[in-house]
Amino acid sequence: MAYSDKVLDHYENPRNVGSLDKNDPQVGTGMVGAPACGDVMKLMIKVNDSGIIEDAKFKTYGCGSAIASSSLVTEWLKGRTIEEAYAIKNSEIAEELALPPVKIHCSVLAEDAIKAAVADIKAKQAAKEAA
Amino acid sequence: MQSTPPNHFELFSIAEQFNLDLSTLESNYRKIQSAAHPDRFITATAAERLSAMHLATSANEAYSVLKSPVKRAKYMLEQHGINAIADTNTAMPMDFLMQQMEWRERIEDAKMARDIPELDNIADELATEAKALIGDLCELFDIKQDLAAATEITRKLIFIDKVCADIDQVIEQLDH
Repeated sequence: MAYSDKVLDHYENPRNVGSLDKNDPQVGTGMVGAPACGDVMKLMIKVNDSGIIEDAKFKTYGCGSAIASSSLVTEWLKGRTIEEAYAIKNSEIAEELALPPVKIHCSVLAEDAIKAAVADIKAKQAAKEAA
Repeated sequence: MQSTPPNHFELFSIAEQFNLDLSTLESNYRKIQSAAHPDRFITATAAERLSAMHLATSANEAYSVLKSPVKRAKYMLEQHGINAIADTNTAMPMDFLMQQMEWRERIEDAKMARDIPELDNIADELATEAKALIGDLCELFDIKQDLAAATEITRKLIFIDKVCADIDQVIEQLDH
């Protein structure tokens, strides 16, 4: 199966690979996995006091499409609010990368990673307010 | 009216449980393969040859599923209408995913350092983990009949299986 040029570009030059400090109260972490292929994806976002995502990093163990999907979303996330981030749909990721039907689950994984990271940062913020 | 084809367990006349006696499975598989062998059907009619070929094919497929714990677990869940690897379900326990990440990172580091003993260590850890999960599945399928819990464990086993396959590949690359 041939990968699209955009997938190859992200796969060969992944953006924003790495980690942020998971103990930082401004950092939210989303971890998800796809049993169908054993892919594991970790997405970390740093959110400032205005609710804007300042930085995003990922680490993905999986196929080219999973790596490209997570690399792409880290680019998209920077500068967005967490509400905007939460609204990103897997279909937008799949369309941008021209993923074939058998690889749609990689974009689902990336969407779920964003939602998990946003949920984590919201839980951290709620805990801070309650304290 | 057509009768339903036997399921994989019925084909080998073995009890439908996760904890299988692999030697019985294998010997019943060999019996079918020998009974359906093309050499026995040289003078048979075309219909008989075809039906022997179908039987041999079903036996191959059923045997490959039942002898592998991961495939057997997935199959038993499918028999109950459960798809263990549905794309829409990406939530896994956090500590499990952390451990996956950690194994993956260690494999990557060991690969860079061409550290085969470390890779063997990780492979041993994975084998221990897989054994524990398979033990859980015996209990969940055969004794507790808790399919929801069995699905969770099966999903974990699929991940472990994938890491095992990847680590074997890395070791093979480094060996050459």
